[in-house]
Amino acid sequence: MKATRREFVKGGVAAFTVTFAAPEFLSDLARAQGARARNLVVLFLSGGNDGLSTLIPYNDPFYNSRRPTLAVPAGQVLQIGTDSSRAALGLHPRLTGFKQIFEEGRLALIQRTGYANQTRSHFLGTDIWSTADPANPQALGWIGRYLDSLPSPADPLIGWNTTGVLPHVLLAGRTPVPSIANPATYSFASPNAGAEAAAARSAALRIASHVPVDRPELAFVYGSAEAALATLDRVLTVATYAPSVPYPNTGLGQALRAVAGAMVRGIGTRVFYVTTGGYDTHSGQNTNAANGFYYNLMATLNDAIIAFYNDVRRQGMLEDTVVLFFSEFGRRISENGSVGTDHGAASTMMVLGGRVNGGLYGTAPNLNPDPNNPTLENNGADVRHEFDFRSVYARVIDAWLGADSVRLLNGDFRDTRLSFI
Amino acid sequence: VARTPNRQIEHLLRRAGFGARLDELDQYGGLSVHDVVDLLIDYQSIPDTVDQNIGKAGYVGTTTRGVFSPNTNITDARQRWMFRLVHSDRPLQEKMTLFWHNHFATGYSKLVGELGALEATRYMAAKASEDRAGLRGQIELFRDMALANFRDLLLAVAKDTAMLVWLDGRTNTKARPQENFAREIMELFTVGVGQFTEPDVYAGARVFTGWNLQRAGTAAAGTARLEFAYVPGQHDTGPKTFSFPIYPDGGTTIPARSAADGMQDGIDFINGLAARPATGRYLARKLFQFFVTEFRPPDPGFVDRIAGVYISSRYDMRAVMREVLLSSEFWDPRSIWGRYAWPVEYVARLLKDAGWVGFSVDSALAPLTNMGMTLFDPPDVNGWDAGQNWFSSGAMLARMNFASTLAANQRFNLSAGSRSYAQTPESFLAYYTSALDMAPAGSAVRAEWLNYLTSTGTWTGNDTQRVMKASGLVHLIGGSPEYQLQ
Repeated sequence: MKATRREFVKGGVAAFTVTFAAPEFLSDLARAQGARARNLVVLFLSGGNDGLSTLIPYNDPFYNSRRPTLAVPAGQVLQIGTDSSRAALGLHPRLTGFKQIFEEGRLALIQRTGYANQTRSHFLGTDIWSTADPANPQALGWIGRYLDSLPSPADPLIGWNTTGVLPHVLLAGRTPVPSIANPATYSFASPNAGAEAAAARSAALRIASHVPVDRPELAFVYGSAEAALATLDRVLTVATYAPSVPYPNTGLGQALRAVAGAMVRGIGTRVFYVTTGGYDTHSGQNTNAANGFYYNLMATLNDAIIAFYNDVRRQGMLEDTVVLFFSEFGRRISENGSVGTDHGAASTMMVLGGRVNGGLYGTAPNLNPDPNNPTLENNGADVRHEFDFRSVYARVIDAWLGADSVRLLNGDFRDTRLSFI
Repeated sequence: VARTPNRQIEHLLRRAGFGARLDELDQYGGLSVHDVVDLLIDYQSIPDTVDQNIGKAGYVGTTTRGVFSPNTNITDARQRWMFRLVHSDRPLQEKMTLFWHNHFATGYSKLVGELGALEATRYMAAKASEDRAGLRGQIELFRDMALANFRDLLLAVAKDTAMLVWLDGRTNTKARPQENFAREIMELFTVGVGQFTEPDVYAGARVFTGWNLQRAGTAAAGTARLEFAYVPGQHDTGPKTFSFPIYPDGGTTIPARSAADGMQDGIDFINGLAARPATGRYLARKLFQFFVTEFRPPDPGFVDRIAGVYISSRYDMRAVMREVLLSSEFWDPRSIWGRYAWPVEYVARLLKDAGWVGFSVDSALAPLTNMGMTLFDPPDVNGWDAGQNWFSSGAMLARMNFASTLAANQRFNLSAGSRSYAQTPESFLAYYTSALDMAPAGSAVRAEWLNYLTSTGTWTGNDTQRVMKASGLVHLIGGSPEYQLQ
């Protein structure tokens, strides 16, 4: 149940009114903020990514025996060297673009990230990664809390969710984040034309400004309407963005194209949320067959990311960009009877960007199913975390966003080993 | 004609249905709340003839591409369901079908990836009476069992083809148990998170080993299909122990059984889950949010009472829903307009209020997706993220734009009725605010609507102006935040 997160956060209502009271001022603000800045793209691999198929410990003696049909042969993985535990590692064969970025020193792979007593539930897991608060997974999202910490009034386009529904990670107390799945259709229709249509649009804009502060649930809808109407023109400039490289015609590719467009047009957005699904690979995971299910997931991910990376680099904005990847859990080490993998624990996180110190962080799990194997948990069934995922967030918050991770995460998760930014 | 409001019945029909057509207001408006609740709940007394009206004049339209094929084409299946939401005379049956669709959320897009569009649509939407093999799709199962015994519904869902594909039960075998269904039947379908342990998930997976699918019928006869089969050779015959009671005597272990008798494991497990008080409380909280209000947490007294009826009636959803609709919490003034309309609820109610003749529900499908709701395709097994999550700015824009599309389409119908209310902008506005059933708007908003009516020229009330302003006003009202409450 996510009841409490669906409840309107009281106390945010008055802030809405202030936030949207002065659109002209806000667009100036956006322009002022639109110069060089630090952009964060949060990319969610939804369903529980099988990290052991993304970054593969292909020489582990138990890798093939525990994954008789899913193991990728050593000759096919994209070998990228060994980590500090001398485990030989390789990227999935379809991640050629990631390998290129890794070799350019701009991809950090952080192994065995998770948390103690990790849940195997998609929904609780997503809530925990979204809030960075296992004890209170109904809290506001950690990005939402960051946005709330920025000077008020925040630009209504400070965040951009590329999906249709606001994800928990962006849920803020007083900073509504617009959801703009497709900038080209983000427009205001009218049943009439000409002056009549213009009158309707200005009436809608004025109506949306009459926020009923004494009716918070209704005021929330006013906030959405007002945010939509206040951002129409700026979003439209993104719809006409001509990227420097072609993007794949996938949901992820088009979302990242919009992200690049928003960054290049300088419309004021600082935090973007992107998601790609299909990672709940209980059956027919087909990791190593060309055009197998997981193989195609990697293809979708790789082709969209390398297009985005190349585009942003050519636009001179790679130094301004960090992409943070996460998923709600990793998967069971041993494959199941459906040629898939069930819900597991720790997994690999990735961080990519022009100012990222690329490389391998942490150590690979030893896949020996011995119940006493310290790198595993659940009687050797799942990967045990070496890094708390909040330590990765802390580094991004402190070193990239320039905020205070101890305050935002309600605790000190800083870890000097994680020097990826 | 202007609408004669009946605030109680309208509240009831917004929650237990999808708003009120004028004929529904006429039919129910003169009855007591108790009588209307009886009619809504005991819907078998009303003939289920709604589908026969698809394609007929006087009803909302559908768009056919070749032959209208709601049993085998998912777009047509969506159109049929939207048609039912507008025209069914058994509104609570449709409402419960939507509730179960969200509760046992199963996504067409996974099925289509594995089985192709035709089969996937059949398993989701086929009407048994219209399928060559008599196959009943999941939504028809929910429709048939809309107010059935919850334990029976749970068992039917566990054997449902779409569910066995969606949560991978079809590949659950003794050598490699599959945890997906076992986890979700506890976490999302019955007791909820915190009421079971990880070892319960592993044991639950073993319970359902051998609950698989088999091919039946022939392609030549058009009867080829996947159907439930218990496969004894794939069943784990060992005992399974849980952290909670499975049996009325408190026993927590499903005993070892022969492979031939092993299907009883799953039935025992489902009986045990249905009987847990936590299941009653979990359902009560969900029913509170869906039928009563989501603007305050479920009242503990309500949850206890509904969970009590659930147990004492031995899981009879008809008894449970009667208690919900007659509860003081349901009629509490704080519950009136105390919920956000889901996209299909919003679209159906606006059609009922603004009119439908000459409009095709096909034109609502893309807008519904932009609002965040594609029927037969919830985002995941947890269903839609409802509540304020419906109101991202993009989704709100999609709602405003749907109101524009419908108002433009209905502009002549809309203006025709206002001829005798067109003397002044005030009377014109009053006509439309009474025709559109919505939460009260503040005086500043009413002033803006009035201002809009005279913003582009002096008020004359002539035909041209009324067509223009009627559609413009219905757009603004239908797209208003107040209209998004229900």
